[in-house]
Amino acid sequence: MPILSAGQRHKITVTLNGEERTGHAEPRMLLSDFLRHELGATGTHVGCEHGVCGACTIKLDGQPTRSCLTLAVQVDGSQLETVEGLGASDGSLGVLQDCFRRHFALQCGFCTAGILMSLDTYLRDQPNAGEDDLRALLSGHICRCTGYTPIIAAALEAAEILRARELQPEQRGPDV
Amino acid sequence: MFAAPTNTPRTTPITPNTPWLGRSVERPEDAALLTGSQRFMDDLGAPPGTLHAAFVRSPHPHARIVKIDTAQALQCPGVHAVITGAAIAAFSRPFVVGVKAPMEHRSVAVDHVRYQGEPVAIVLGDTPYTAEDGMALVDVTYEPLTAIVDPQDAMDDGAVLLHHEVGSNVVADRHFRYGDPESAFASAAHTISIDICYPRNSVTPIECYGLVAEFHSGSESYEVTSNFQGPFALHPVMALALKIPANRLRLKSPPASGGSFGTKQGVFPYIVACCVASRIAGRPVKWIEDRLEHLMAATSATNRVTMLRAAVEADGRITALDWDQIDDCGAYLRAPEPATIYRMHGNMTGAYDIRHLAIRNRNVLTNKTPSGLVRGFGGPQVYFALERLIQKMALQLGREPLEIIRKNLIAADDFPYRTASGGLYDSGNYQAALQLAEDDDRIERLQQRQREVRAVGGLYGIGMAAIVEPSISNMGYITTVLTAEERAAAGPKGGAVATASVSIDALGSISAHISSVPQGQGHETVIAQVVADGLGLTPDTITVNTELDTGRDAWSVASGNYSSRFAGAVAGAAKMATDRLRSRLADIAAAHFDCDNTDITFADGTIGATGSAIKSMPFRRLGATSHWAQSTLPQGMEPVIRETVFWSPDVLAPPNATDEINSSAAHGFVFDVCGVEIDRDTGRVRVDQYVTVHDAGTLLHPAMADGQVRGGFSNALGATLYEHFSYGADGSFQSGTFADYTVPTAAEVPDIEILHVQTPSPITPLGAKGIGEGNCMSTPVCIANAVADALGREDIELPLTPSRMFELLDNQEPPKPVASGNGLERPTLRRADYTVTGHGETHVPVAPETIWPQFFDVQAIQSIVPGCQSIEEVDPYHFKGQVNLGVGIVKGLFDADVRMEDVVEPKSLCLIGTANGPLGSSNGEAVVVLIPDETGTRIRYSYGINLSGKAAAIGGRMIGGATKILINEFFRRLAARVAPEHTEPSTLLIKVPDSIQKLWRSICALVQGGRS
Repeated sequence: MPILSAGQRHKITVTLNGEERTGHAEPRMLLSDFLRHELGATGTHVGCEHGVCGACTIKLDGQPTRSCLTLAVQVDGSQLETVEGLGASDGSLGVLQDCFRRHFALQCGFCTAGILMSLDTYLRDQPNAGEDDLRALLSGHICRCTGYTPIIAAALEAAEILRARELQPEQRGPDV
Repeated sequence: MFAAPTNTPRTTPITPNTPWLGRSVERPEDAALLTGSQRFMDDLGAPPGTLHAAFVRSPHPHARIVKIDTAQALQCPGVHAVITGAAIAAFSRPFVVGVKAPMEHRSVAVDHVRYQGEPVAIVLGDTPYTAEDGMALVDVTYEPLTAIVDPQDAMDDGAVLLHHEVGSNVVADRHFRYGDPESAFASAAHTISIDICYPRNSVTPIECYGLVAEFHSGSESYEVTSNFQGPFALHPVMALALKIPANRLRLKSPPASGGSFGTKQGVFPYIVACCVASRIAGRPVKWIEDRLEHLMAATSATNRVTMLRAAVEADGRITALDWDQIDDCGAYLRAPEPATIYRMHGNMTGAYDIRHLAIRNRNVLTNKTPSGLVRGFGGPQVYFALERLIQKMALQLGREPLEIIRKNLIAADDFPYRTASGGLYDSGNYQAALQLAEDDDRIERLQQRQREVRAVGGLYGIGMAAIVEPSISNMGYITTVLTAEERAAAGPKGGAVATASVSIDALGSISAHISSVPQGQGHETVIAQVVADGLGLTPDTITVNTELDTGRDAWSVASGNYSSRFAGAVAGAAKMATDRLRSRLADIAAAHFDCDNTDITFADGTIGATGSAIKSMPFRRLGATSHWAQSTLPQGMEPVIRETVFWSPDVLAPPNATDEINSSAAHGFVFDVCGVEIDRDTGRVRVDQYVTVHDAGTLLHPAMADGQVRGGFSNALGATLYEHFSYGADGSFQSGTFADYTVPTAAEVPDIEILHVQTPSPITPLGAKGIGEGNCMSTPVCIANAVADALGREDIELPLTPSRMFELLDNQEPPKPVASGNGLERPTLRRADYTVTGHGETHVPVAPETIWPQFFDVQAIQSIVPGCQSIEEVDPYHFKGQVNLGVGIVKGLFDADVRMEDVVEPKSLCLIGTANGPLGSSNGEAVVVLIPDETGTRIRYSYGINLSGKAAAIGGRMIGGATKILINEFFRRLAARVAPEHTEPSTLLIKVPDSIQKLWRSICALVQGGRS
């Protein structure tokens, strides 16, 4: 384990949305601040800094993580994914993002990044998630604008589209 | 079951000629928000050299500031300045107050603090981290004063005064009388009354306040970028406080704002404070509020005590209302207060035709955060009383609530309807809305469900609420607090100027600007629809800019995002600006095509001429004529490049000599009905069905209108069941985290059924009215009525948390298990009013005489008190020292002072102590009794603690558990010291009581983002 000095800025290298990025942080610097102010990835938002609102949720080595409850120095060498990396490779909106737009599942959009990151992981792991599962998952997020119903609708539709995509290769079969 | 969003079905199918307005088009705002590329306040760069501010805040609800010692903070690396209230006062004056009272409210307190969290000094650092380092080292000495929490206590003769100069905690007291209420009451068959206490809450945006302020010394002016949302009536308030002409204060908004719900109005004192800090430091100053600051000290809706009486005829018709309202505005009457209580003044008779009205309004100050705008502003408090009274009336008269509502509703052919207090209800058909709710057996099905649940012994109630939702506030309504003479002396105030500009650039594309400062409501979407319809274009070709820069853009004192003024006023102004541009372009086109301008059409991106010679030209080509070829314009025509409209509804006059006021330009209607089921064992209130019928005039974008309804409903559900700014009896704030101020999540907010009636407003250009605040007014009382119905109880007070429901259910707490075996009483504390109390017992295998000296030995105390850093003996019964303590995420050093009293060697003693630190202060006592037995000594103890400051605000939930752990650890260490061979290792980390483990697990579950 590296020995860190409280007053010093330490070099931290991460893979952020597939790209290697390096910055510096004091041991006490929150990962949310490191992402936003050191690496300039301001798509991740900070809503409470005590882990309840969920706005700052990112993926750390594939798992949803509160970046406000994580220190930057903890993630040296890790894979980080944030909302900036959720789009399709051609720059258009990804499936989940597009469903959010069509269902008016955001208003001010401040909490949205965290919700997208949680849902993106969850739909990957639980492709058959139903409304109750999604409501339980989203109990870790606060949205004050939408009343949640359109978010659930968007997530359910995204799940359906993603399932259909998974099925496509099998349906095609070798002879088609 | 999940139901898809209910967009209002259109009566006609969409064709190429269907207007864009009224369609649920996708939002142009969303792509940037969904990809994380949109910039909110804290995503904007700050100028090089910017310093970061941290506010030192009072841990006391009420105190005198004795001394501020900044020396240590200034030594802290990275700290540049510590600016006290006195330094701020040198460049500013107190804020103007909306009543005639000599009340001094400053952005940073001088000498006297009046609520917990009130700013006392500003620390400027290189980074937010170093600013906070410095903040913790500013040493402020306070002399605590008695705090007033209850507004009725504040009105007592001899109550502690918050503002001595004012001479009373009641800063405004006005009586109003309309019609002949005395005669109505004298002749009424019944007088029915209800007393209500409405609690403190807010709608907390997920983005907190933020700003960058810069003083320009050359021009002696201030430039500020902040997520302030208006009302821009506060711009002059800030300029006056900064002692500058208003044109030397330039306010700018960021491209996006992370929600507001009214609350971001409250950033304005911080703008003033940081402006002055920038001037003193000679550097730009940035401040981003954190969640604790926001919950504790940003703003709050008022809590209100209401006594409401109705004169009722035998048939249930209400002939008069008599309101007595006491509005608790917190520690200062901060602008725009006393607006909360007066926003509803024109509609105090609600949806009912009641001609006689008496009102007494009192604004009272207490040691709580100053109140301000919160979604629903003033409505929840009024309708909670009025609609609870309707429910009670029905019960008392043996009739159905729906019958009472129906009997009293304003008739559909009475619109426009002038209320007793001067409100002008522009349009409505309340009966049609009720009918819609009743259609498809909706209410009958609720009643059926109620019968079923009741048949099996369950608790099920049905509630209703009918409310008028005002929108587009009259700037003059606040002056109703003044007498007619005072208003005459001050000059009349009224109106509400909305602003919109539409411009054509050199390539003929269209941009629009509005001064509405949205925080997520999709204003760009709707304005693009409005402009596209007017000019025959598609919305995706229109660029809408909603940023506001007071140094550059068209704006008025009424600009901003509040009182649901967008759909009615701002979108209407955009329509008028578009129409004006269209008309002038038509003149150019008519000259070009050599035809009459009435023959000019705008469609499909072209401008054309109908009639004999059908001609057309691309819009962009003809539209750009004024840029490129002024000589081709009709003779005498000025270039057509930008049209700006300032529009104010002409129905918004100042209050008249008899205090009649039309407080809002538009008046929508909401009728809600719901069924709730209550779990007898857990006290949980579950909303089983919720139907909400809205009449907001013409709907501009049905899906976003429904989004406003859902959002308002979920905010209101929070206020009804969960959210509460809680204060201890001593004024200490107890709701400093989202784990204490509990906001509903997707797991708590049910889906609702939304229905619409549309009676267009004749006042607003598009016939639209506000829709986003209605449920904040109707839902709390609708659910409360359902709970009242389920339980057969009248005393329904929000929020209806399980513990409150437990009381309403008259459930008996199961008796606590009795300690067995010894028959000895636990030691009695001297005082009974501690917020945390506990007791315990431990056994030590040595005699009392061996233990006793440990209590008086400095070295022993240092080793047995958890976190003890240093200790000194003042006298044999008095010790001082420093203790490092943590509760939850709050950790810090406290100066402790402990005295021993009632010392009976070697049997018992009482420890009386205080602890003070930057995180708060506490006082308490512990009574310790040593009882010898065959194998050693039983040590029995009781303790009581009061805690205030940040520690209480953040750690409230955990204080009881944490204290217990620390006290247990104290006695374990004591035992270890006197009998090391018989003592268990520390339990501090490894052995935690069940209750604490449970608490910890639930916190972990919250933190990890799921329910365990």
